Amino acid sequence: MAVSTVHKDALLTVSGVGFDYKGIPVLDNVDLSVNRGEFVALVGPSGCGKSTLLNLISGLLSPGKGTITANGISDSSGRLGNVSYMQQRDLLLPWRTIAENCQLGMELRSISADVSKARVQELAKSFGLFDVLNHMPWQLSGGMRQRAALMRTILLENDVLLLDEPFGALDAITRTALQKWLLSVLVRNDKAVLLVTHDVEEAILLADRVMIMASEPGRIIAEVDVRLSESSIESSFTSPAFVELRKGILALLERQEVSL
Amino acid sequence: MINYLGGMWQAAKNWSPAILTALALILIWEFVVWFLDIQRWLLPPPTIIFQELIDSIGLLSRHAGITLLEIIMGFAVSLMIGVALASGIVWSRTMERSIYPIIIASQTIPIFTLAPLLIIWVGTDIFSKVIVVVLFTFFPLVVSLVTGLRSVDSESVDMFRTLGATNAQIFRKLMIPTALPNFFAGMKVAVVVSVIGAVIGEWVGASAGLGWLMKLSGPQFQTARVFAAIVVLSVVAITLFSAIVAIEKWSLRKYPSSLNQAKNLGES
Repeated sequence: MAVSTVHKDALLTVSGVGFDYKGIPVLDNVDLSVNRGEFVALVGPSGCGKSTLLNLISGLLSPGKGTITANGISDSSGRLGNVSYMQQRDLLLPWRTIAENCQLGMELRSISADVSKARVQELAKSFGLFDVLNHMPWQLSGGMRQRAALMRTILLENDVLLLDEPFGALDAITRTALQKWLLSVLVRNDKAVLLVTHDVEEAILLADRVMIMASEPGRIIAEVDVRLSESSIESSFTSPAFVELRKGILALLERQEVSL
Repeated sequence: MINYLGGMWQAAKNWSPAILTALALILIWEFVVWFLDIQRWLLPPPTIIFQELIDSIGLLSRHAGITLLEIIMGFAVSLMIGVALASGIVWSRTMERSIYPIIIASQTIPIFTLAPLLIIWVGTDIFSKVIVVVLFTFFPLVVSLVTGLRSVDSESVDMFRTLGATNAQIFRKLMIPTALPNFFAGMKVAVVVSVIGAVIGEWVGASAGLGWLMKLSGPQFQTARVFAAIVVLSVVAITLFSAIVAIEKWSLRKYPSSLNQAKNLGES
């Protein structure tokens, strides 16, 4: 999928990050980096601190230990608004149309309504939302709402993009369709994407690298290169390479569970 | 056009049971008064009240205008105070701890007993009545607005923060719109009690207004005039309530119906 980067051009660096919540360690000594044009997935059991890590990277929380640098910004509150973060729920405002919801980020930056409207319309075609721009969120299906939320996030035009189980609440058929669609949207992009998921197949399909996390406290225990050839993506779930990768990652996750 | 007629038909269907019941009660009233030959000063029949309403329409509307002015001024002041207090309570824990208990405790004081004090302090002109209206109305406004502002979920606040929103933007673009349905519910309660507030204020000390007119007409056994004033007051209250419902419908026109309180309280 994404063009492999020869130079180590890290847009996102997390080094030695630890985080405690009410005295209980949630994350311990987490290191990871995502390069420009790279798609990295974080896989781990529920409660391993995946979402906390994204909250830290986005700037919603400040790390107790270690440093996070996203697009050159190390200050937590400085990263707010400079890292695109799509949360699990779509969080579309029910009193705004889809277009108005997508314009929100630009509106908060005081970009003129004409400019932001034009950008929303431009992007809406590839998101398959052009015909529903004037609809209200409740009129849309779950998959469409999720795409609208992603569009709102992407329109911030930040180089670092965080996705927290974007398709977690969707049915299997919609999820697969959206995964393939996301690949097509993000192909040849110059962003650094970090995806959090508990779905191993989703991680292999979308990512270049998969980081495997363990819980209590949350830490990274393994890293797997999952770049597939173009043909493997077409036949995805049944290709031998895919099956092999999935087996390997599941084994790493299971070993963790046994040791607990 | 078809929609419009359909809406009219629906409205007629919705309202007709209430109207028919009211008409039946009025008829019974009329009949009982004539049949038992009750004195006019004790209980005038609806036809006499209606006659009084027509004969004194100039007098009644002049005093209704004064009462309406008190209500509108009081409601406007109450809105300003209510929004300021609710914002403060939601914004700062110190404000919440220091003000909210006092606001709630203040509601246990019968406002009726405060009215004579206000007349002593402020005088019998319009301001004492405006203050009574404010005392009656700010509580439902503050409580509904605080509840509404608090109903914002933290994930949405986080979403705004990751989009780079300032606190003021979060308040204006997320918290206020979220609070609106609750706030309108509070406004509908407040507008009804504002009428009561104005009448009580006038009752205690005034030189004009429907409350004053009723207080004056009672001892003179002009019972029909008291009833006519009550009818005018009801019309004022229903008109104000309908105005709030209309503003609510317009303001919440984009909200999904599950969030739209108009259906629960306004009509149906």
